[in-house]
Amino acid sequence: MIDGLLIGSVYGLAAMGLSLIWGVMDVINLTHGAMIALGMFGMYLLFGATAGNPYLLLIPAIAAGFLLGIVVYWLSVHWVIDRPQLMSLLSTFAVNMMVIGIGTAIWSTSPYNVNFSLPGITVGEYTFTGNHMAAAGSAVVIALMLELFLRRTRAGKAIRAVSDNRDAAELMGISSTRVLMIAFAIGIALAAASGGLVSTLFPFTILSGAGYQLKSFVVTILAGLGKPFGALVAGILLGLLEGAVSPFIAVSWIPLIEFGLFVVVLILFPRGIFGRASA
Amino acid sequence: MIVRRPLLWLILVAAALFAWLPWHGNNVALREDLILVAVAIILTSNLNLMIGYTGYVNFGHIVFYGLGGYVGLYFATVLGWHLIVAALTAGVVVSLLALVFGLGILRLRGAYFALATIGVLEAVQAFVSNFEPWGRSTGMYVAFGSYAPLGGPKRALWITYFLMIAVMALSLILSLGVKSSKFGLGLFAIREDEDAAIVLGVNATVYKAIIYSVSAFLPAVAGALMFFKNGMIDPSIAFEYMLSLEGIVMLMLGGQGTVTGSALGAGLYERLRSYLLTSPRLSAFHLVIAGALLLLVIRLAPGGLIGWVYRLVPRSREVIE
Repeated sequence: MIDGLLIGSVYGLAAMGLSLIWGVMDVINLTHGAMIALGMFGMYLLFGATAGNPYLLLIPAIAAGFLLGIVVYWLSVHWVIDRPQLMSLLSTFAVNMMVIGIGTAIWSTSPYNVNFSLPGITVGEYTFTGNHMAAAGSAVVIALMLELFLRRTRAGKAIRAVSDNRDAAELMGISSTRVLMIAFAIGIALAAASGGLVSTLFPFTILSGAGYQLKSFVVTILAGLGKPFGALVAGILLGLLEGAVSPFIAVSWIPLIEFGLFVVVLILFPRGIFGRASA
Repeated sequence: MIVRRPLLWLILVAAALFAWLPWHGNNVALREDLILVAVAIILTSNLNLMIGYTGYVNFGHIVFYGLGGYVGLYFATVLGWHLIVAALTAGVVVSLLALVFGLGILRLRGAYFALATIGVLEAVQAFVSNFEPWGRSTGMYVAFGSYAPLGGPKRALWITYFLMIAVMALSLILSLGVKSSKFGLGLFAIREDEDAAIVLGVNATVYKAIIYSVSAFLPAVAGALMFFKNGMIDPSIAFEYMLSLEGIVMLMLGGQGTVTGSALGAGLYERLRSYLLTSPRLSAFHLVIAGALLLLVIRLAPGGLIGWVYRLVPRSREVIE
């Protein structure tokens, strides 16, 4: 259960990136899973090169994710923003295929891991592993920083303004292209950060991102679009749920449950979904 | 009437050529190449019913093919049914399942539907990997005796090939038939503006569920045939996510929404893929090339190859549709 709570905060972090991009520019970023996987391998490379503390290495990983996000934005997102959603789905998806293809060529699909462990804490009969706690702590800190950035800084306010009403924001003198680019890059940086955190917990392959992408969708839908902080809470809920059911059923059933949850939530709480489509 | 469409006769001639070329001279290597092309065309033209006609992206189209393979193999080997009966039953079962799924997830619109189809794929794969009668993650094998009713393995392979070509022709005729029907017009209306279509009396949810279910039938039959031919099935080859995704590339490449385009894109891409996969230097990069191709097509030629032909020779629209 507690493990579920800790892992859930990492899911939440992954979903925040997706939610931010979706909410601000109405683009469903299908490169998300690939970017999470790149975060994992980025951490693997950084850790291999420096042997430093992975939780400190997150900082360069996030910076690299941000830069990568800018590249992906110009490559696949910028010119489909005003076109039908189908086009942005397909174009981000094309980038996803390319990243997975390159990744498979370099690392094949065999599992890797980041061999690092922090001492755990034992309370009574339970032991909390250090890595889980450090990962959850990092996720919460990053989430808080994002929330502060969105609420307190000028750039953050510009992002929220564009998310609310792009035309109005443009009239107020906000360059929406730059804001969209920054928002997208932050989203990718968050995906990379969550990938980096996951890599300290579990072994991973270049294809591992897909599973976390599905979880991110579920979490984003649970939280409601464009509510990054809500995504963190919903991620923790999902982690708790997984922790709660895992003693009773095999791990391989979990995608079935998550998908069921996804559809049920979408059908029962379609607010902001059908409203948006018919607006 | 569909009989007066020139394309119908083109389809039949193409199918006859597909069947005759390898048979003449007993060219097994050509047959194996062409059966892959046929499968690609079946998957793509049925996917076109959703993406091209209705405007709904289905990322999990391969689910129908894989499930069809499982159901067909189960009937053909465990219960010992004749291949044709087993394959048709697989088609019916999978279509009905798709109808049930469809009535649920097609309440979702646009991108949400697309996401749900990824979920369908993950969920079905998770289910099959845990399903005891279907051998869980190790899958099922075709017992050698199952080939006996078709006159031995060698003949059975040819029979599956001809059946596959028939399914290919049927897929294309189905696409053409839907396109020239009132039902097809309803789908186009949904694609252009779903709310307007509803106001004008198109029952969008029912239309979408029907086309989702119809687009499941022939891929499921093809899956049953293909996995029977291959002699085995397991969850990772039955639900190969990449094949599902490459189907979308094929469709966009050829020209979504057109019968000829989906077939042309499928044929060309499948040949390109076979070439890349067998080339030692490029095999690792075939996904990269597919992705780059998709990006270029969306960016430069949203109409695909057929869109380009239309622009070059506007009158060609009347023949190749």
